[in-house]
Order: sequence, then structure tokens, then C-alpha cells
Amino acid sequence: MRFFPLVLANLGRHKIRTTLTILSVIAALFLFASLRSVLTTLRTNAQFGGARRLVTLNATGLVFTMPVSYVNKIKSLRGVHSVSWSNWFGGRYGDGKVFFGQFAIDPESYLAMYPEVVMPPEQKEAFIRERTAAIIGQRLAERYGWKIGQDVTLQGTIFPGDWTFTIRGIYTPTNPAIGDDAMFFHWEYLDERVGRWGQAGWFIVEMDSAGAAGTVAKAIDDQFRNSSTATKTGTEQAFQASFAGMLGNLSLLLGFIGTAVVFAILLVTANAMMMSANERTGEVAVLKTIGYSDRTLFGLVLAEAGLIAIVGAVLGLGTAKAFYPLVKFNGFGFLPGFNVTTATMAWGALIAVVLMIASGLVPALRAARMPIIQALRKVE
Amino acid sequence: MALVEIRDVNKSFQRDTQKVDVFDDLTLDFEQGSFTAIMGPSGSGKSTLLNLIAGLDKPTSGTITVGGAVVSAMSPSELAAWRARHIGFVFQSFNLLPVLTAFQNIELPLLLTRLSSKERDERVRIALDVVSLTDRMDHYPRQLSGGQEQRVSIARAIVADPTLILLDEPTGQLDAKSSQEVLALLGRLNTEFGKTVLIVTHDAHAAAKAKATLHLDKGVLEKV
Amino acid sequence: MIPIVYNARSMMQRPVSSSFTAVGIALVVAVFIAMLALGQGFRAALARTGADHNAVVLRKGADSELSSGISRETARLLASSPHVATGADGRPMVSPEVYVLIPLPRPRDTTSVANVVVRGVSEQAWIVRNNVQVIAGNTLQSGRLEVCVGRKLLGRFDHLELGATLRFGGRDWNVVCHFSAGGSSFESEIWAENEQVMPVFRGDFFQSVTFRLRDPGAFDDAKRAIESDPQTVVDVHRESAFYAAQTGIAGAMLSALAIAVTSIMAVGAIFGAVNTMYAAVGSRTPEIAVLLTLGFRPWQVLLSFLAEAVLIATAGSILGALLALPVNGIVTSTTNWSSFSEIAFSFRITPVLLAIGIAFGLVMGVIGGFFPAWRAARLQVVQALR
Repeated sequence: MRFFPLVLANLGRHKIRTTLTILSVIAALFLFASLRSVLTTLRTNAQFGGARRLVTLNATGLVFTMPVSYVNKIKSLRGVHSVSWSNWFGGRYGDGKVFFGQFAIDPESYLAMYPEVVMPPEQKEAFIRERTAAIIGQRLAERYGWKIGQDVTLQGTIFPGDWTFTIRGIYTPTNPAIGDDAMFFHWEYLDERVGRWGQAGWFIVEMDSAGAAGTVAKAIDDQFRNSSTATKTGTEQAFQASFAGMLGNLSLLLGFIGTAVVFAILLVTANAMMMSANERTGEVAVLKTIGYSDRTLFGLVLAEAGLIAIVGAVLGLGTAKAFYPLVKFNGFGFLPGFNVTTATMAWGALIAVVLMIASGLVPALRAARMPIIQALRKVE
Repeated sequence: MALVEIRDVNKSFQRDTQKVDVFDDLTLDFEQGSFTAIMGPSGSGKSTLLNLIAGLDKPTSGTITVGGAVVSAMSPSELAAWRARHIGFVFQSFNLLPVLTAFQNIELPLLLTRLSSKERDERVRIALDVVSLTDRMDHYPRQLSGGQEQRVSIARAIVADPTLILLDEPTGQLDAKSSQEVLALLGRLNTEFGKTVLIVTHDAHAAAKAKATLHLDKGVLEKV
Repeated sequence: MIPIVYNARSMMQRPVSSSFTAVGIALVVAVFIAMLALGQGFRAALARTGADHNAVVLRKGADSELSSGISRETARLLASSPHVATGADGRPMVSPEVYVLIPLPRPRDTTSVANVVVRGVSEQAWIVRNNVQVIAGNTLQSGRLEVCVGRKLLGRFDHLELGATLRFGGRDWNVVCHFSAGGSSFESEIWAENEQVMPVFRGDFFQSVTFRLRDPGAFDDAKRAIESDPQTVVDVHRESAFYAAQTGIAGAMLSALAIAVTSIMAVGAIFGAVNTMYAAVGSRTPEIAVLLTLGFRPWQVLLSFLAEAVLIATAGSILGALLALPVNGIVTSTTNWSSFSEIAFSFRITPVLLAIGIAFGLVMGVIGGFFPAWRAARLQVVQALR
């Protein structure tokens, strides 16, 4: 690329202007990557779901419970391998300003069903053994500095009173959708303290094989259709997806913002390119006199825009990719596993290319088409 | 055959609502190895003549042939390529790219060729030597005096070993001493290196340096 | 002072450059205003939901109606409290309510459901709660499986038209009316008679009791008196404060998003302004030299170029405000995580918001124009004329 020094020198003509323009492109692509990653993370998490796991809810609504005695009935159905259950505890820690999920589970069956929840076997054993024990996610341990053996007290909101648990394990999830900031404790403990209530929030059903989802779900719902508490069973994936749907029109909103951002930046870059081009009419004329063809000059101007776009893209996208894992960003717990995907980077690169072409096009054409004599006359 | 053959050339301009004819069936030859000064009052068409010979402009009628190539009939892209190979042009206001060093400015025409970096390097150094500015090769135009800038322009004009060197008022913005340097250089290019030089000028000293002088007045040639 | 006409004309001389910068600023201002309007709409929906003259009673420790439970006995005791206002009909202005969430399928995407609030109310609710009015159809009749649908739900879910049958909780309910509630979150709810809702769902207790304070100024006394009563283990909240506090996480997230996005865009727009102004200064160096020679002071030159930047920014800001206006009133929805319910709200642009947005745009222009203007002012005449 013999013309590279020339392109570089032209960009160095106004170092401030070039730097500012590159910074704008960096800002825009960083923002683009961030916004798109919110959407991709939500989409990925919405697709989380064990291939063999179903979730059974009270048909009337998510917030209603079902008798825990259903477990045995479900287990006896054909195609069902195992059943566990969980309750949303919804307690408050401290001033309640930070939010994390707490779940009352049946430890042995639940942990067996979720191999994604990983912790050292002795911690798992300690948790299962002790009625008032709890396990917490890695992030919670870091955030509050909780250690194994420490007591933690929550104020119950749904189940009133003070609830104290002893931390016996710290887990790391192998799938980010599970979230590394939850707390799990014994359902037995909850049930006992509220006077043998015997209610489960939802059931998790593990099937013998993955393909039977439709049949097994129907079998479960048929079982309880005419009882006082009817159920609605679906795949775990559908369950997860419904939460993502709760964020409403977010994707539309982010889409609009993303477009506005890209457009705004296009303007800044195009503006800078055109200002540069206007100042160089004379020089373009001289180059043409030397024998530089229209096509060569077109390419040189486009290359200038291209260089700005490429540098901006690499730095903008690269920073986004590196920044979020560095600060362990997870969107206040709503975007676990937040990550800038390769697809996002590719889209970002595409935008940079389009940017280059669009902003360099007009000045490049002007340079190519400029009649030499007129331009020279301006100079002399 | 002369190097440059101008036959029955006419050139009309539209100046506002007026149509101006600069030449009237101009017919003229320039021989290989000649050093000619073209003088005349403003508006006489001196610069236009140079532009036509260089293929920067097209005559309204007539033909111009340079080294056998019919310049007046070539397309713009053909002309660009042709100019790169055959023409060295020097303007009054130096027209060096301020963002490039003297060396890089001189190298510009060579970037259009297939020469390797090493080969380009060699030729630029030769050109720098001819204009005696080797010690200034890494200087930017703003660090050079007027005369030095003009010499760099000349170096750029000769680096690709062109057929013809055209200069439009090269000493117009220079002081006496610098003018002398530049003219002496042109003389050497012509006598030592056999270059064909055409210089448009107001400067009597420049005309004196040349081997022949043409006067253009209202587009009509009067040889002296 | 250097006449502003000079700057205005100079700006016109570089129409493309100036307009590009103005549009860049316009886009940032528009996005900024839109995001503020989103947050404002969300907060407004919840804020308007409560009145200062009402109090909401929940079970002690419950932070939302969802997790609360109040027995009939407690409700009766509350109704007889001296702190409760008496209505025109001589009855205490007390509204015991049932609060449940039902899943309603979204019409366009049948796999996903939204959790919508069903509130079981008595006739008193229409009087006690703020601004609630039936806008179509007939009021709920006692003893019937009837529902009244909040305005903001219409069009977003099926079977909500007058006369339609809505099925939930294993029963078929008749839609007999639609109601409005001053833009508050109640408009995203379905109301039915509490005695009908109770047996279907959670048993023989309410979730909350809302009453009109006899003396709104004496809220603290009322709170103390009721909470210290050993027979009623409850928390008393001022209704307005209670719902405002529910903006909680969703509100924080919207704010965070707004700030992050707008800052980054603003940075880009400022760069655009700086670029334009630097170019302006650069191309007008001889003019500046002339001005200085004529006797204008450097600070006047500074002000002059700053004014030019502000002119461009003003044009951009106003354009941005105009671009944002159509967004006003657009209804969107999200989940209020505190109550786990879906709440619909509209973008809400107020004159104050527009003013903030425009001011923001002007600030960007000033920041962007400052350094170039500074440079113009520091120009040495000798340099400039060379």
C-alpha cells in the first residue's frame, strides 16, 4: 500500500479534527455494541432451559401455589424421571435497596436436577444436612463479603418475621442464565415455620427423554384439570421466555436509539470529511496535474474515511467487548451473562464500513470529478 | 518531427455572457531539446497554451500532438496516465502538499508507477541531488524558503523523467536571488540533461535564460 | 460588541457543515427528551396512583400488596378507627381490596403472557381511590361475576371489549364497563367485586385496606395509633408515598439507561460541534485578524464565536425538541418488579422536560464551541495576516 503514507499524512493535517472524529465513531460503536448486547443477552437467557426440564405452574397464575402433594402424583406419570419444587421467598435484606432472589427448595432433588449449579461436594453435603443452611451465588458472596459459616438474616415480606440462615455453600453457575446472585435454602424450614403449609410455588419436572415434552406436559395438566388447583405445564424454555417478555417494548426502544446514534455519528464523520475535502481543492488539482487519475483520487479520499472508520470500530467495539466482563456487569441482576457476541461485533464492523462509504462518498466524488483548470485557477 | 506540434488551434471561453476567443488558428512547433520562453501581456493566453499542451484543457478546434501522441483527442483518464509519464509541471505558487516532506512530495509521481520502494527512493535522491537540496529532504514546505520550495517542485517535475517540462511563471513569487537559482537550474536541465523546457513568464531574466522567446499577444504569435 | 449578524451570516456561508452539526445536536436532544419522557411517564403513572389524603394498610413487613394479607377482622377494626373519614352517605370511607395477578396471553405472541392485576373492590373503592371513573358501560353490580377494565389495557389484550367474556381463575367473567384513573397505574388493572374474587383465589382475606384520612395533615398520628394497636399487626403508608416507592428498580434502570445512552451520544455531538467550530475559526483567520486590527478585543472575538456555536446549538436543540414531540402519549408497558405486575404508561413530555432538553443542547454547543472560540481569541494579528 504505497499510498498509505499519503493517506496518513492527510489525516494528520488536522490532528484535532481527526482525533475528535475517531472518538465520535468509538463512542457510537461502543453504544451500539452495548445496546445490542442487552437484546442478545435477553434473547440468550430466554432460550435457557434444560432440554429435559418442564415447569408446572398453578393454572390461575404464577403467584398462586399448589399442594406439594402433587409431587408424588406427577412422579408416577409415564415419561417422568424426577420432580422437584421451589418457592419464591421474596425477602428483604438490610434496607432492601439491592435485590436478589431467594428460593426455598428441596435440596437433594433440586440440585440433582440442576447440574448447572456447581459447588464443592463437601459444601453441597453440608447444605443438604443442615435444615437452616443456605447456599449463595458467587456474586452475592463478593458483593456482601459473606463467608461460609456466616449467619444471614432476611426480613420476610410474604412470610413475615426474621429469617436467619447459615451459609454452607457458594455456587457458580455453568450457565449464566441461572444467575450467580441467588440464595437457596430448605423448603422444609419454610414449611415448618409457617405451620406446615404444604404449598409449592412451582414444580420442576425432569423427563426421561427430551422429545416427550408435549405429551408429558399434557399428562400432568390432565391429571389435575378437574381438581381444585389446576396446573399449566410448559418447557422451562417457555417459562424463561415469559420473563423476557415482561420487559415490554424494550427491543423497539433500543432499536430506535441505536438508529439515532448511528445516524448522528454518520453526520459527524461526514461533516469532518467534507470540511477536509473543501480545504484541499487546490491540492487535488495539483495531484491531477501530476497525473493522478480520478479513480485514484476517489480511492484516496475513501481510504481516509475508511481509516477513521476502522480505527474507531476496532477501538469502540473492542472496548465494549473488554469492558463489561472487566466490571462484571450484569444489569442489576437482570442481564446475567452479559456479553458482546461475535455477531454484534460483526454488525458493528458492517456499520463502520457503511459509515466509511457514506461519509467518504460525496467528498470522494467531488475530488474525482473536479475540473482541474477551475481548481487551479482558484489556487493561483 | 517536432516534439510538440500545434496545428490550427482555437480556444474559446465563456466569460460571463461574453464569448472570448483566445487563439486564432494557432500553429506552432517546439523541437526536442529546446528551451523556450513564452511572454506576453495578461490575458494573451500564455497559461492556456501551456494547459493545452499538458492535456489539462482541450482546444475548441485543431490538434496538439506531443511526442507523437494526439493529446487533444485523448480521454481524461488516458490523459492522466499520459501526463504522469510525459509531463513535469511547475506552477507559480508552489503547490507542494504541506503535510508531506520534501522527499515525499517529490516521490508523489512515482507512486503511480510500478517501481519498488527502493527504486523510488533512488530516483528521488537523484532528483534531490540535481536541485541541490539533499540536505533538506526531510523538511516540510513551511520550513523551506520560497526558492527552495520551487526547487522541490522542479525536482518533483523531473523525478519521473518526463518528455517535457512545463513551467507557469515559476519565478513570479521569488526574490532575485532565488529566481537566479531556479533559472540556473532550468538551464542545466536543458543543457546538461537535454530536457525540453517551456516556460511562461513575465520575467525578462527568465526569457534571457531561454534559448528562444515567443511573444503572444491577443493569441497571435510574434517570434523574436 | 461584534455584531451578531456577522456570526449569523458566517454560519449561513457554511450551510452544510453548520446544518450537519445542528442535526447531530438535534438527535441527541431528541433521544434525551424521549428517555426523560419515558421515565417521567413511568413515574407519573405510579405517582398519580396515590393521593396524599389516603392511607394504604398492609400486613406488617409486606412491601407490596402482593405479599400482604389482611383478615376480615382486621378490616372491620380499621373501618371503625377514628382516623378514617366519613363519606357523604355516613359510611366510613374504607376500601378493603383483594389483589391478585392473572396471566393474560398477549394477542400477537400467544406463547408469552403478561401478569395483569385483578383488584377485588367494593363500591367504596370508587370513592376512596383517586380519580377513578367509569367511562363506558355500567358500574359493577354486587353478587355478579363482572369486571371493569382499566383504560390502558384496552387494545393490548383480547376479550376486554364491553360485553365480552373474559376467562380467568376457572370462571367466566362479563366485561361490563371500562374505567379511567387519571393516567395512574390503576388504568392497567381489572376491577371486580372483592367478594367474588376472594373465593376464586387466595381465600378469605384481603391484601390491603385503603382509607381516606379524616385529617390528611395528621397522617403520622393515624399511623402511630393504628400500628401500635396489638389487634392489628399492620403497616400504614401514605398512599402517594407507597406507590411512588414502587418505582424502585424499574425506575432506577430507566434512569441509568437514560443517563448512559445520552452521555455517550452527547460526547459524539460535542465533538461534532467542536469540529465545525474549529473549521470555522480556521477558515476565517484573516477576518479575525481584521477584526482585531479594527480594535475589537480578544474577549469580544471569543464571545462572538461562542455565540455562533450557541446559534447552531439553539437551532439544533429546537429541532430536537420538535423531533421528540410525536413520542408524547405513546403507550408502552413494562413489568413493575416491585409488584410483579405489568404496567402500561405513556411517554410524558412536559414543558419542563423540553426546557431541560433544550438547555442540554445549548450546553453541548457551548462546550463544543469553547475551545475553538478560545483559539480564535488568542490569535496573533501578525500570524493571521501572513
